[in-house]
Amino acid sequence: MPQYRRADRIHQMLENYLPVLIFIAVGLVFGAFMVVLGMILSPSRPDDEKLSRYECGFEAFAGARSEFDVRFYLVAILFIIFDLEIAFLFPWATVLRELGLFGLLSMTLFLAILVVGFIYEWKKGALQWE
Amino acid sequence: MVESILSLLTLLGFPDWLQSVIIIMLKIVVILIPLLTAVAYFTLAERKVIAYMHVRIGPNRVGPRGLLQPIADAVKLMFKEIIIPHGADKALFLFAPVLSMAPALAAWAVIPFEAEMVLAQVDASLLYILALTSMGVYGVIIAGWASNSKYALLGAMRSAAQIVSYEIAMGFALVGVLMAAGSINLGEIVMGQQGGFWHWYWLPLFPLFVIYFISGVAETNRAPFDVAEGESEIVAGFHVDYSGMAFAVFFLAEYANMILVAMLAALMFLGGWLSPFEGIGIFADSWLAAPSILWLLVKTSLFMFLYLWFRATFPRYRYDQIMRLGWKVFIPITIVWILVIGVAIVAEVGPWFAAGVAHG
Repeated sequence: MPQYRRADRIHQMLENYLPVLIFIAVGLVFGAFMVVLGMILSPSRPDDEKLSRYECGFEAFAGARSEFDVRFYLVAILFIIFDLEIAFLFPWATVLRELGLFGLLSMTLFLAILVVGFIYEWKKGALQWE
Repeated sequence: MVESILSLLTLLGFPDWLQSVIIIMLKIVVILIPLLTAVAYFTLAERKVIAYMHVRIGPNRVGPRGLLQPIADAVKLMFKEIIIPHGADKALFLFAPVLSMAPALAAWAVIPFEAEMVLAQVDASLLYILALTSMGVYGVIIAGWASNSKYALLGAMRSAAQIVSYEIAMGFALVGVLMAAGSINLGEIVMGQQGGFWHWYWLPLFPLFVIYFISGVAETNRAPFDVAEGESEIVAGFHVDYSGMAFAVFFLAEYANMILVAMLAALMFLGGWLSPFEGIGIFADSWLAAPSILWLLVKTSLFMFLYLWFRATFPRYRYDQIMRLGWKVFIPITIVWILVIGVAIVAEVGPWFAAGVAHG
């Protein structure tokens, strides 16, 4: 019997998420619909000058997909680390009241380790833009 | 009302599953129509408010007092040619606006407008919103890359780096809210703030409240953090090569996101649909003290107005200043404040964290 109840619960949960799924689909369809509508209604009279890529009136002289600053990668990597920490904090934050002092102290330790890493990044200049 | 529609559908012989899908679709329409109207008139309000702040009149030609301006804009954009530049990745170029639009709309699925007025009563609603708003950055990156233009690529890189940087500060601010409320469900977060103006989370979480909203402004690439589309530097940033409806979709998504951030700020820090007069003797029995969707809308409008006020007031930040603010100011403050709240919760500091008040 417990198994039935568990299945029921999962069923209930999925039912709660059904509107979310439909809403995402509606969002995608709505966006696509707008773009398609624009393409149908608008004229299409392309010429070479119009289609040339925008560069403030200059003739474009180099490939657009050039290399870019490595710091953007660095930011992305740091972001992944910190975002993971936030994902770890979420469940802890919701049950902190039940965990009490023990929960608080263990998370303080966890945050302390995070902060050590953060200070290291700071001192290494990873957060520096000039 | 839902019951009468359901019985009508049963009369017409629709199967059960189709009935529930139709009901859900109707509810989505009921959310989307006011939302899109709000987006349209938010653009007009922006122009009007900024105009008056500059001692100008603003748009006043189309319709009475310029009230039909958004409609005229929409019609104009609809008939503008969608230019797909040489060397652009055509499929991605057209897919990018859709990808930024879908999450901006779909996030509204879990927003509670009143105690029971929510499309999807999902327990992890805040997590879902965090996940969806992060999706928006894909639209920006893909648009910038697919355009095959230097300005677009640079704008996309800047914008993406800025969005992810401020998302960390925003995430930490959300963790503070979760700790205070003891729940990830937005409805329960609002109900945790019952008891009047001084019980709302803006007071105990004040630094997080400020950081949340500023991060929200940075995350939607609005002034004064709009370097991604700084006109004087890289023209319009990632959507410089977009025109017509493809551009309009980006525009709509940005404004829908702004309203979303404003409403989330109202829900999480200003008590959502709860009345500011709650618990004050002379108002006790009047409608003023009753929770209502009107309060939520008033509070949301307040934040929406702040967006416009910021834009009219502050000069644009430099890019290195933006990154410094996000990483070196906001993240340390949020980490410290999370610990402060943790101590306050364990010590049961009232009235917000006293043992009986909260649930969870």
